[in-house]
Amino acid sequence: MSVHPTTSRFKDNVHEALSDQRLQGALTFARNFIGRRAAAVERLPEFDALRDSARAIKDHTLAHLDLYLEAYEKKVLSLGGHVHWARDAAEARKIVIDLCKAKGAKAVTKGKSMISEEIGLNDALEAEGIEAIETDLGEYIIQLRGEAPSHIIAPAIHVTARDIEQEFRKAHKDLPASRDLSEPEQLLGEARKILRDKFLSADIGVTGANFLVAETGASIVVTNEGNADLTQILPNVHIVVASVEKIVPTLNDAAQILRVLARSATGQDMSVYTTLSAGPKRPGDPDGPEEYHVVILDNGRSAMLGGEFEDMLRCIRCGACMNHCPVYHAIGGHAYGWVYPGPMGAVLTPSLIGVKEGGALPNASTFCGRCEAVCPMRIPLPNMMRHWREREFERHLPPARQRFALALWAFFAKRPTLYRLATSPAMRALHFAGRSRGRFAWLPFAGGWTNARDFAAPQGATFQSRWRAKSGAVQ
Amino acid sequence: MSETPKPSPRVGLFVTCLVDLMRPSVGFAAVKLLEDAGCRVAVPSQTCCGQPAYNMGDRATTKEIARGVIKAFEGFDYVVAPSGSCGGMLAKHYPDLFADEPEMAARAQEFGDKCRELVSFLVDDLGVKAVKARCPAKATYHDSCSGLRELGVRDQPRRLLSTVEGIELTPLEGSDVCCGFGGTFAVKYGELSDAIVKEKTRAVAATGADLLLAGDLGCLLNMAGKLQREGRPIKARHVAEVLAGMTDEPAIGEPALKAKA
Repeated sequence: MSVHPTTSRFKDNVHEALSDQRLQGALTFARNFIGRRAAAVERLPEFDALRDSARAIKDHTLAHLDLYLEAYEKKVLSLGGHVHWARDAAEARKIVIDLCKAKGAKAVTKGKSMISEEIGLNDALEAEGIEAIETDLGEYIIQLRGEAPSHIIAPAIHVTARDIEQEFRKAHKDLPASRDLSEPEQLLGEARKILRDKFLSADIGVTGANFLVAETGASIVVTNEGNADLTQILPNVHIVVASVEKIVPTLNDAAQILRVLARSATGQDMSVYTTLSAGPKRPGDPDGPEEYHVVILDNGRSAMLGGEFEDMLRCIRCGACMNHCPVYHAIGGHAYGWVYPGPMGAVLTPSLIGVKEGGALPNASTFCGRCEAVCPMRIPLPNMMRHWREREFERHLPPARQRFALALWAFFAKRPTLYRLATSPAMRALHFAGRSRGRFAWLPFAGGWTNARDFAAPQGATFQSRWRAKSGAVQ
Repeated sequence: MSETPKPSPRVGLFVTCLVDLMRPSVGFAAVKLLEDAGCRVAVPSQTCCGQPAYNMGDRATTKEIARGVIKAFEGFDYVVAPSGSCGGMLAKHYPDLFADEPEMAARAQEFGDKCRELVSFLVDDLGVKAVKARCPAKATYHDSCSGLRELGVRDQPRRLLSTVEGIELTPLEGSDVCCGFGGTFAVKYGELSDAIVKEKTRAVAATGADLLLAGDLGCLLNMAGKLQREGRPIKARHVAEVLAGMTDEPAIGEPALKAKA
């Protein structure tokens, strides 16, 4: 739950993750999403057309963000709700804490919310002596473990069923040692039993939002567990925390984007629960909160508008990019060092915490392009990672050795004749040195490569010198 | 894709820096395939497409290199590279690179429209349906990322490979997953790259193939280097070598033939 990033130590984090056998075993699960998404897309021939339309909806909204945010606020107020604007994480925390204090709240239930992670809400609540209770099963598990989510839709994807059993036996004091918890269903039953009491005793419920609908003033949240429903209906006060780009103009727009959201995320046609809430309980409503608050967070996003990272604001947090990312598969989410992992995190993190702290992430990509290929919102993730590298390069952030090597290479790459004259003898020499084995197990200055794999010896003279010799240097 | 190719198109071979430096035989295989398909092939003086600078964020250097490439190759009907990565750079990224210079952007777009990856060019533009080549091997094929996702290279190499005499093509699980090369990524994030390529060599070994093929030398150097480090007896070659029937040269990273004798 820490908001203190370790992203600048990314390489160490990678080493740690790759050495963690337990984690490596758990990570194979992330790949299960790939087949499920593919099957869901297969079932919906118009999926790509829906992606185009989802992108157009968000692009239009971002171009008129002020208009729709104001319309949304007006609507929420007219429904008897309250809207609070937070420029940054500290303001957002303070708004929520002040509301909790004003209500004398002792316990807060929470639906799964990445914004809550981004602002470090749980730590802030605990520091004020207010109990924060995560009610999403995955979030509940990692809260017990004192960890941050390692995936934006499957926060405990790095944890195995056996780990969960251990955590429950440690944390749930009344759990008899003889109780069988060997099956996932039994673990679920145990969590449900504990959480039921928490739901009923909470003073305030905090949820995130997948959408804020300007037309109706509704916030929409999707879950597979129904925990967000109980979080927002049972307590007297419901607080929605959401960032500015969650806004969409109409319910119809939200419905269109919902059609690509779950399919991209888990391969479901729809999430099990799609819950709308708009304002407090009205006279005659059987249930609902007495007070309804929405905290709308900027935290660096408005600065992305109109710039080269604006496309990132289309992101609907489905997780498809990380589900398909070879880097994420290798290291999991914690190694990224802050709230958002995977390709979307590699683009968003430097925007939100700065390129100096977060710059390693957009560099740690092979640009394989699989993330962009599956992104329902058609966000050009590799291109934006490259933009970050350009911002870094402008600021002279890459290490001097890398810059020197690049400059030396560029000197020759810009001069074809000199390049040809210099490279052919070099390749012949390298060929001569490696001819007996055909490859090198070690080469100076190439440890990054040869630590892990052999380096093939070149065939000798370069293609261009051979070609010229063959064609009598007429070119 | 052009509908009616000229009878004998003039093709500028963009040989790519890796083929030029490391494995010229791939360049000669490309020339043979193009000439067999009726092209007139020329090789203008060249260095690199600029990706190392581009992917390190050095846009100014990339632009300078790109201007040189465009100038050197502008006169051809097509510019063909035995690589989806470099082909994608020329076809898709050069136009983006000059987005802030309208005149140059138009030139880069016109240039990009003529750029092709070798095998898809043979199949899609020239209508090549079969090759005359022999390669008795159990082979598997890895889809290099840029070729696959930027240029739509997937069925074309498999189609032509199926016409190679003696070859048995066996599918590779996760053939569309990155091998972990990523240019300078393989060196800058060596440990991470290693973790990714290990997955790939495991999948390659699981096919039971004795020959690994792909259309990009960068990926091949990475995968071959890992297969060899792991002591797996699987050879690696560029698909053009097999399609051109030019497999006399030792496979990637293998010693010269006399060692066998």
